[in-house]
Amino acid sequence: MSFLNYLISGVSLGSVYAIIALGYTMVYGIAKMLNFAHGDVIMVGAYVVFFATSGAGVPAIPAVLLSMVVCTVLGVVIEKVAYKPLRNASSSLAVLITAIGVSYLLQNLALLICGSNTKSFTSVVGIPALHLAGGQLVITGETLTTIVACFVIVGCLSLFISKTKPGQAMLAVSEDKGAAQLMGINVNGTIALTFAIGSGLAAIAGVLLCSAYPSLMPTTGSMPGIKAFVAAVFGGIGSIPGAMIGGILLGVIEIFGRAYISSQMADAIVFAVLIVVLLVKPTGLFGKVVQEKV
Amino acid sequence: MKKLSKTARQNGITYGIVIIAFVVMQILISTGNISSSLEGLLIPFCYYVILAVSLNLVVGVLGELSLGHAGFMCVGAFASAFFTKCVQDTITNSLLRFVLALIIGALVAALFGVLIGIPVLRLRGDYLAIVTLAFGEIIKNLVNVLFIGRDSNGFHFSMKDAFSLGMEPDGEVLVNGPQGISGISHDSTFIIGVVLVLLTLFIVLRLINSRDGRAIQSIRDNRIAAESVGINVTKYKLMAFSVSAALAGVGGVLYAHNLSTLSATPKNFGYNMSIMILVYVVLGGIGNIRGSVIAPVVLNLLLDYFLRKFQMMGDNVVLNFLSDNRMLVYAIVLIVIMLFSWSPKMIAWREQVFHKKAKEEAE
Amino acid sequence: MAMLEVKNLGISFGGLRAVNGFNVTIEKGQLYGLIGPNGAGKTTVFNLLTGVYRPDTGNIILDGQDITGKKTIEISKAGVARTFQNIRLFSKMSVLDNVKVGLHNHHVYSALAGILHTPAYRREEKIMNEKAMDLLKVFELDDAADTLASNLPYGKQRKLEIARALATDPKLLLLDEPAAGMNPKETQELMDMIRFVREHFDMTILLIEHDMKLVSGICEELCVLNFGEVLAQGKTADVLHNPQVITAYLGE
Repeated sequence: MSFLNYLISGVSLGSVYAIIALGYTMVYGIAKMLNFAHGDVIMVGAYVVFFATSGAGVPAIPAVLLSMVVCTVLGVVIEKVAYKPLRNASSSLAVLITAIGVSYLLQNLALLICGSNTKSFTSVVGIPALHLAGGQLVITGETLTTIVACFVIVGCLSLFISKTKPGQAMLAVSEDKGAAQLMGINVNGTIALTFAIGSGLAAIAGVLLCSAYPSLMPTTGSMPGIKAFVAAVFGGIGSIPGAMIGGILLGVIEIFGRAYISSQMADAIVFAVLIVVLLVKPTGLFGKVVQEKV
Repeated sequence: MKKLSKTARQNGITYGIVIIAFVVMQILISTGNISSSLEGLLIPFCYYVILAVSLNLVVGVLGELSLGHAGFMCVGAFASAFFTKCVQDTITNSLLRFVLALIIGALVAALFGVLIGIPVLRLRGDYLAIVTLAFGEIIKNLVNVLFIGRDSNGFHFSMKDAFSLGMEPDGEVLVNGPQGISGISHDSTFIIGVVLVLLTLFIVLRLINSRDGRAIQSIRDNRIAAESVGINVTKYKLMAFSVSAALAGVGGVLYAHNLSTLSATPKNFGYNMSIMILVYVVLGGIGNIRGSVIAPVVLNLLLDYFLRKFQMMGDNVVLNFLSDNRMLVYAIVLIVIMLFSWSPKMIAWREQVFHKKAKEEAE
Repeated sequence: MAMLEVKNLGISFGGLRAVNGFNVTIEKGQLYGLIGPNGAGKTTVFNLLTGVYRPDTGNIILDGQDITGKKTIEISKAGVARTFQNIRLFSKMSVLDNVKVGLHNHHVYSALAGILHTPAYRREEKIMNEKAMDLLKVFELDDAADTLASNLPYGKQRKLEIARALATDPKLLLLDEPAAGMNPKETQELMDMIRFVREHFDMTILLIEHDMKLVSGICEELCVLNFGEVLAQGKTADVLHNPQVITAYLGE
């Protein structure tokens, strides 16, 4: 039974990674940059919900919506101020280093505003836990919500990209920015939209993460953020189903590693997965091979 | 020929800055005109400079972003501190002991650089950055679960806890997991630090201006063209990476022997440290070795100056803000400098302004 | 024996046959032109010859040595050098250093020797500087030796790329659209320079070009590619009067 319990909590953690990974994979696919600050947007999202519910007594759903709005605006502002000016820089390192700076800025602003002490996050999920197999198998409301949310989001996002005009524009920009521009697509707007969607999802991920693991501090987002990037690479960067499957697999690997190998080495195991994937199949499970033009 | 002498002159200025700074500090120390907080920063200055210069070899000269630099520093620190701890009673000459520890620290760090470099350097850009970050974290985690003890039967290893070492009662725990290594003899001095800075500069500057250094730079500027003229990309990436790792190890040796207890925490060997070194490199200018010498010292001097100034003024609000939010300042510095020096619009604007100035001066 | 002998060379990308059944024989000292409309597979042929891509079929013999499927570095060492359609210089390095990177495999000393400035270092660096300056003089770039490559005007950047390629002491030089972006006067100068390079370095040259004037002016033989296949091949005058070629080029 413990195996099943581990598996379920692995899928649950993995679903959070998957939602975060969606943000990475979309931004990487379209703006061709690793948005290092994505993990910290999650933290901001969680803080907004924390202060709204525990501080101002706002009910859960409006608080989550507020958090999504804040994160969406934050994501778009970051893109506009810090990344857009460097989009055509002579070195691709420039925007990466700036993203690291933004990540640090968000963490330290949170430290300044919210303090370094860990906040105990109250779960926003009101669903009771399921007790199966005579109480041996417990599925918490958070777990259920997280897994369902992940599938719903992936479904909606896939539909959005394949069926709507802005979604098609995203595909076009990710294929060829120049050609998309020539076809009359608003490239800047599309990139901003991508950041907006990714950051809005980050808010949801932050709430779900902190509902399941209720300690909130300024660095809460950074490790899950990096692991979610690993998940995005694992699934194949740029691929939405890849992000989901990569995220869930990584969550399961992490929980199993923690349970059966060593709790202190769990992070190391996750990173070892990244290294093995990059060496064996650098394009990930669902990624496309991109030949460099000579 | 003219060019050679120009490079030599430029490098001479860099060495000169270090030597002058050293002399000034020595005068301040001997005349008692130095604050205790500044005196405590002298050895840190040296390893910050060593770390910044060595990271610039990868970021500025090879053109790849490594976020695991603190990991190599960690390896050098632990390998050398472990050695010192083992031979503390047998080798009593502290300088000899330090030199041996230095060689061991640098070699082990270089070995890790090669081991990590072989798989990682096939990757580029963002992927390389994230994998080096991962390696840095793995090294830190590994060190925290490492237990080594010694008794009459020899060495004992464990990855669990000190009890699992199964030692005789006379045994001594040398590396104690999260508690690290304690009782390291304080062998680092400011003079040794400055000598190591000069050694680092000597190696890096001369490497850059040699055949191998040109090969490394050619990969940064255009990998495909470098291959087309027969440059072995993997070999030279690995060379830059392992030399950088070895020098980070040197920084770690200096760091470890400046403490009595060495443990791996997120603060000293984690991602934070790697980022702080990156801030020094960016502030001094990517690819600008002299900048990497000046930036860490100036940044810390300024911080130290303001901290003391606000302390004297009794302004605890600003004082606490500055001492608690050092990384916030660094983050802003990092973003502003990157936008200012790399954004195509900014570059165009700067050129316009400076051209105007040059024109006005000409008229 | 021919300097370059290519038989039945081919490669596919996905379902697209980019180059198919390409044959060519170039004698030592010859100036050979490879022409064809955009997307005909000319640059792909260069990428196959220099090991950027591995061919699916065929073989490449350079001066009697089989270099089929070898890596770019090995092919460079075997004696093939190239320039690129979109200039690829080491832009943050000086003009002199760009050429010295080309000399890399001919003047060897260890990294340690480079750090310690041993006699071997001094000797090799001196020869490298002299050789590089000689090459720069040929291309009238010696005055700009200390300039950053990215600060050179366009035409000089093209010349520097050729100088760097020649520094590897190749048997075969591949020029990918050397006249791209040049005005008629510059193109004329370039033609003279290519002729000079052939005479002065006794070089075998394979050249991709769009500019028909340049091609007909300096190439003895031509090969016309269209949709990855050879349309016509032979003496320049014959090829240019071939009706199929005229159709392909003028689209009649």
